[in-house]
Amino acid sequence: MTAPLDVPDASVDPASAPAIAGAGVAAIQGRSLGQIAWMRLKRDKIAIAGALVVIFLILVAVFAPLLVKAFGQDPTQFNSDLIDASTMAPKGGTGISADHLFGLEPVNGRDIFSRVVYGARISLLIAFLATLLSVAIGTLLGVTAGYFGGLVDSIISKAMDVFLAFPLLVFAMALAGIIPDSAFGLSGDTLRVAMLVFVIGFFNWPYIGRIVRGQTLSLREREFVDAARSLGARGPYVIFREMLPNLVAPILIYSTLLIPSNVLFEAALSFLGVGVRPPTPTWGGMLSDAVRFYTIPHFMFFPGMAIFITVLAFNLFGDGLRDALDPKAR
Amino acid sequence: MVTYIIRRLIWAAVMLTIVSIITFAIFFLVPRLAGATPESLAARYVGRTANAEQVQIAAEKLGFNDPLVVQYGRFAKGIVAGADYDYGPGVEHCPAPCFGYSFLTRLPVWPDLLDRLPVTMSLAFGAAIIWVLAGVATGVVSALKRGSFFDRAAMTIALGGVSLPIFFTGIVSMVVFSYGNPFSITAPGGSYTPLLDDPVAWAYSLVLPWVTLAFLYAAGYARLTRAGMLETMNEDYIRTARAKGLAERTVVLKHGLRGALTPLVTIFGLDVGLLLGGAVLTESTYSLPGMGKYAIDAITNQDLPKVMGVVLFAAFFVVVANLIVDLLYAVVDPRVRLA
Repeated sequence: MTAPLDVPDASVDPASAPAIAGAGVAAIQGRSLGQIAWMRLKRDKIAIAGALVVIFLILVAVFAPLLVKAFGQDPTQFNSDLIDASTMAPKGGTGISADHLFGLEPVNGRDIFSRVVYGARISLLIAFLATLLSVAIGTLLGVTAGYFGGLVDSIISKAMDVFLAFPLLVFAMALAGIIPDSAFGLSGDTLRVAMLVFVIGFFNWPYIGRIVRGQTLSLREREFVDAARSLGARGPYVIFREMLPNLVAPILIYSTLLIPSNVLFEAALSFLGVGVRPPTPTWGGMLSDAVRFYTIPHFMFFPGMAIFITVLAFNLFGDGLRDALDPKAR
Repeated sequence: MVTYIIRRLIWAAVMLTIVSIITFAIFFLVPRLAGATPESLAARYVGRTANAEQVQIAAEKLGFNDPLVVQYGRFAKGIVAGADYDYGPGVEHCPAPCFGYSFLTRLPVWPDLLDRLPVTMSLAFGAAIIWVLAGVATGVVSALKRGSFFDRAAMTIALGGVSLPIFFTGIVSMVVFSYGNPFSITAPGGSYTPLLDDPVAWAYSLVLPWVTLAFLYAAGYARLTRAGMLETMNEDYIRTARAKGLAERTVVLKHGLRGALTPLVTIFGLDVGLLLGGAVLTESTYSLPGMGKYAIDAITNQDLPKVMGVVLFAAFFVVVANLIVDLLYAVVDPRVRLA
């Protein structure tokens, strides 16, 4: 993996590196690791199906306002006229019609379809950003610990132990619960989303940190790192140019598998009433409303299935990605 | 081995101390950053009728004006030696171990936690037995019959299982099995009977939570066991075991399974430790009065001492579970002791 150094005063003959790379191309077209992985992934139909569903869900989330407008609905609009006043259930049982694809909520008659569609926004936004935060912190600290070793490693490793000892859900719930309606110059949904991203992302970093640290530890002893050092490369160069490319695969696999667990986490917090506040629609929040209306099962079915399909799609894609990038781990 | 145990014990104590410091700092700093003052905190404790002066006196007496370090010191001392809380109208004694004192209910937190613990323990251990048996058995059979109909069906269900949140399967299970339609087998949630009062009623009230919770974990364990078995059954020592003429049963159970189970032990320890600290979602879905429900109620009421107490208690279980797993590892694998 050692790339030719492009430092002007480096005492390497720049011509020697292309010459070595050229030798392999002679008869057969060489394939990069990425190409090999992509070929394997393409053959994995289940993983591709997962990926397509993921793309579909992202599109739904991005174009939620348009999608909802196409049906002429609004996620927060009450449709009391379609509710049976004596049972509080939608007229005709579910209220499913061409206008209301997934039916209506009991009592206030909000359109379930548009709420599920808007719920995808909150769910995916928080899951992605929280994953990004965990991966950023985890990679940074994991590489630092693995590369420098010694005291730095023991401090970071012990910090990971401490973080892992936190009862995550209780803690996240407590933290999300004590944040008032406006703080740090933010308010409303923005504050709740930022806070959830922080809580979910910040306390999940040790999981990826451990993986990255372990990988870095073993990479550090590899010949190509020695080679780079002997050519005069210093810490940052070795970390970013030599080690990080080798860490991309585990980081990618782990991030893909962390997203569904964060979707579940966000849904759990919303279910417990400490997520994004109503009337903003969230899947977890809809489920917690649906508990009280267990005789009207379509109410819990759609948000529940939305969570299930999202998590399943990411899991299928993540599993396929792992098999493609790291066949040993199968 | 003795030095290893002592070292691990010290580290566990240090870890709990650090966790308590961080928890304390967060739960006392975050409200302040968000605009709470010592007076507004104290006002929640003295009641609505108090005037500004009384609130100020209470804030002073409860020590809300002291620096964070002093407040933490008082909290830590309370755990070791007990504490007295003087909130104005009277003094409340909170005997050791004092995990704080709820001024909303006028009760110390610790006895409450002990009250709730049996519920969570019943739930966690009952479910753990089911999920270990079901998950490991499914994983082993799947691995041995790789590619068979059973394997594919089991792994599909398992993948579904890890993708379903418990608060969804839980609600569905209640609709199907306990609200009278169509296969009523248990009473609706929220009816917990202590084991010693009536073992049958105890099991009856916990069947649904056990099965739903166990399904979620069994799915994960089946996947892990299958992966582990596939790997170990390819090891050289399995071939050696077969070559020396051992029965296939012995090869699979004594040689294969043992290798595959070692990593599961770590995960099992952590899972049970985390659950004991409060199976928040399960307890909330089924309205079981355990630690998780306690935590939710404490958070809903913004009762900070209770929140602190439950977080620390939960952290305690995670740390202890980690400790037990580490010690078990050291027994199984002597190399660990040197690390």
